[in-house]
Amino acid sequence: MSLAITVLFYVATVILITGLAYRIWVYAKVPAPLKIATTPAPVTKGGVVLRMFREVAFFESLFKSNKLLWLLGVLFHLGLLLVLLRHLRYFINPVPTVIELVQPFGKYAAFAMIAGLLGLWARRFVIDRVRYISAPSDHLILALLVLIGISGASMTFVSHVDVVGLKSFTLGLLTFDWKPLPSDLLLVVHLFLVAVLMIIFPYSKLLHGVGVFFSPTRNQVDNPREKRHLADWARKLEENS
Amino acid sequence: MAKAKFEVPELQEYPEVPKIEPGTMAHLETFKAKPEFQEALGFPGELVDNWQEQAIEAMGDMLGKYRSLKVYMDSCVKCGACTDKCHYYLGTKDPKNMPVARQDLMRKVYRRYFTLAGKFFPKLVGATDFTQEVLDDWYNYFHQCSQCRRCSVFCPYGIDTAEISMAAREIMDRIGVGDKYSNEIIGKVYRIGNNLGLPGPALEDTLEGLEEDVFDETGVEVKYPMDVKGADILLVTPSADFFAEPHVDGLIGYGKVFHEAGVSWTVSSKASEAANFGMFIGSYENMRKVSLRIREAALELGVKRIIFGECGHAWRVAYAFLNTLAGPFDFLDKNYPVPQHILEFTLDEIEKGTLNIDKSLNDDMVLTFHDSCNVARATRMGDKPGGQFDIPRAVIKAVCNNYVDMPEDTIREATFCCGGGGGLLTDDLMELRVKGAKPRMEALKSVTEEYGVTHMAAICAICKSQFTKVIPYYGFEMDQIVSVHQLVSNALILTGQNSEGEEDESEEDAA
Ligand code: HEM
Ligand code: SF4
Ligand code: SF4
Repeated sequence: MSLAITVLFYVATVILITGLAYRIWVYAKVPAPLKIATTPAPVTKGGVVLRMFREVAFFESLFKSNKLLWLLGVLFHLGLLLVLLRHLRYFINPVPTVIELVQPFGKYAAFAMIAGLLGLWARRFVIDRVRYISAPSDHLILALLVLIGISGASMTFVSHVDVVGLKSFTLGLLTFDWKPLPSDLLLVVHLFLVAVLMIIFPYSKLLHGVGVFFSPTRNQVDNPREKRHLADWARKLEENS
Repeated sequence: MAKAKFEVPELQEYPEVPKIEPGTMAHLETFKAKPEFQEALGFPGELVDNWQEQAIEAMGDMLGKYRSLKVYMDSCVKCGACTDKCHYYLGTKDPKNMPVARQDLMRKVYRRYFTLAGKFFPKLVGATDFTQEVLDDWYNYFHQCSQCRRCSVFCPYGIDTAEISMAAREIMDRIGVGDKYSNEIIGKVYRIGNNLGLPGPALEDTLEGLEEDVFDETGVEVKYPMDVKGADILLVTPSADFFAEPHVDGLIGYGKVFHEAGVSWTVSSKASEAANFGMFIGSYENMRKVSLRIREAALELGVKRIIFGECGHAWRVAYAFLNTLAGPFDFLDKNYPVPQHILEFTLDEIEKGTLNIDKSLNDDMVLTFHDSCNVARATRMGDKPGGQFDIPRAVIKAVCNNYVDMPEDTIREATFCCGGGGGLLTDDLMELRVKGAKPRMEALKSVTEEYGVTHMAAICAICKSQFTKVIPYYGFEMDQIVSVHQLVSNALILTGQNSEGEEDESEEDAA
């Protein structure tokens, strides 16, 4: 079992990293031939950085759009972020103070995350418009995340896992000095689901976490009159005529 | 009230998001372009034999040229934030008019042919083959999007359905299925110079007529010049301004402002059209070709500045794309933005004090202002973000005493489209146009009842034409729609103008 999970994690990591790198490369390579910022938009680069920060940190547009959805989204994503930060203690030795500091929040963040996810999932059944646009994969991704959250939280709050053994396993993964995984069914389930999440990440809508940074309506400076914007393929049109 | 062959939505005092009713608009298919119109734009005349293959190829090509398309195909999380933001959904209840569902018409094909998940597990991720049925849905519903970008304001990733419907129209054009309205009009621009197909001599007559009208009314010789070499300013304005109501009253206003400002200006018979329907069909090449006329006209006439008249999508192409498509404009005067909006010019003159304005001349009206979607969400005026909202209001308030805004969630960046933008201003889509106007009509009705608003001012040729046509369905009168420069024209007292008394008399005569 230990070996299977070890191999699975290496495979998942390679897929996640190469998959994401490939996506980022594609997004960066495809030009945006026209200025299409959704206005009012910042007129300087600094302004764009701020706009993007507000979008990623506070979900600004979503807030304008729908307060309940915003709340559920923030519960889930902020919960997820804290939980991820808390997980760093399994990968870094000694544990940095910052990570120590988030521990107590991180512990309960799991509940925020699960509550947010369940709320988001409920919308897919309750609101007719959202039901209409939901595909099976939308439900499955939510199910996957809920299960990850529940199996993880159970290990913190219900049946404790051998944290020391786990840490030597994870550090072993990082240093290629493999150690056995503590035998614990919850842990195996949790890690298996996380590996699945890592594998589907670059091939699913989870890409939104990357896509947002490349969205031309959000990341362009509003200065088309001041500065001529021209894509390479469009320049070729000019040369040919 | 106008008669309709379909059910005109009832206006609600507290608008609610309707429950979905699948298929309510499935029957509405705008007329297809004849082969001659298609070919004039460089597209196949009719549906090609291996259309499916060619469509996928065209889609791949677009995905490699437009980052927006690529990123937006991948990034949607189906959160539903956009589902209640489209005026066409709110007015028709057809779920395929929800922005995300409209995008999904393309996304399901994208997933099938361009993603691993869709190749191996199509059912799981909602991917489908590009069948005739899907193509029919594309044609109907990508021609039920006015490319107004309201959805993109509210999407957490800024996913802009307009980008997707433009790309879809380009793909369809490339396999030979184009829409008659837009493609025929672009052909007219190439052949004659403007959307309405008005040849140079007809324009000349119209402009002379305007000079006479203004002279009769004011006793001042205001000029409406065409093709004058060496003029300072080239005015590019939608051709509807030359004769449609209330557009032409706006054109009269521009001329009066230029006259009082003491600048020389001209329109061009070659670039006698500000509109650029190349944008609606998502065709960079056609949009560029239409734009280049303006550059050529500016060079031939030797002008120093370019100013655009009141038009929404035209201002988008001018403000955001002209420099890209037809620039650089380094031969023009660098002290002015290229291009400039007529409202930027007029506000400058008002602030300089060159215009003698008597606001009370507009006292017979209580005004509100409709932010045109393209101006609001795709452009700017002035040098500060949001100038596109503040400058038109500043001008209106400088020439009118009575002004109120419509409810906050229906104006500025959240403005609702008039219902006729994006190449849909055709009679065969009247049902969509009437239903799509519902959110704007509700907003107008609320200020009518609460503040006694009598008129709505607009700065877009399409908005003006659409509203004058559809508001009678909702119990308003056509002439409640006015041009902003019509208001300016009403209140502007020309140097040497006949005294007010005489003017009042002539008004009485006409009444
Ligand atoms: C990197 C890890 C991330 C994961 C695993 C993740 C996961 C998810 C999932 C599963 C949903 C769909 C919820 C539903 O089905 O309703 C979602 C939605 C959303 N995500 Fe993320 N996300 C991540 C990163 C981000 C980032 C960086 C942003 C920053 C903009 C973001 C913003 C949003 C927003 C605004 C929504 C829509 C609201 C909602 O449904 O919560 N996400 N995310
Ligand atoms: S708001 Fe954006 S991410 Fe959400 S469903 Fe609509 S298009 Fe997709
Ligand atoms: S661009 Fe406008 S018309 Fe098109 S889907 Fe979005 S809101 Fe609707």
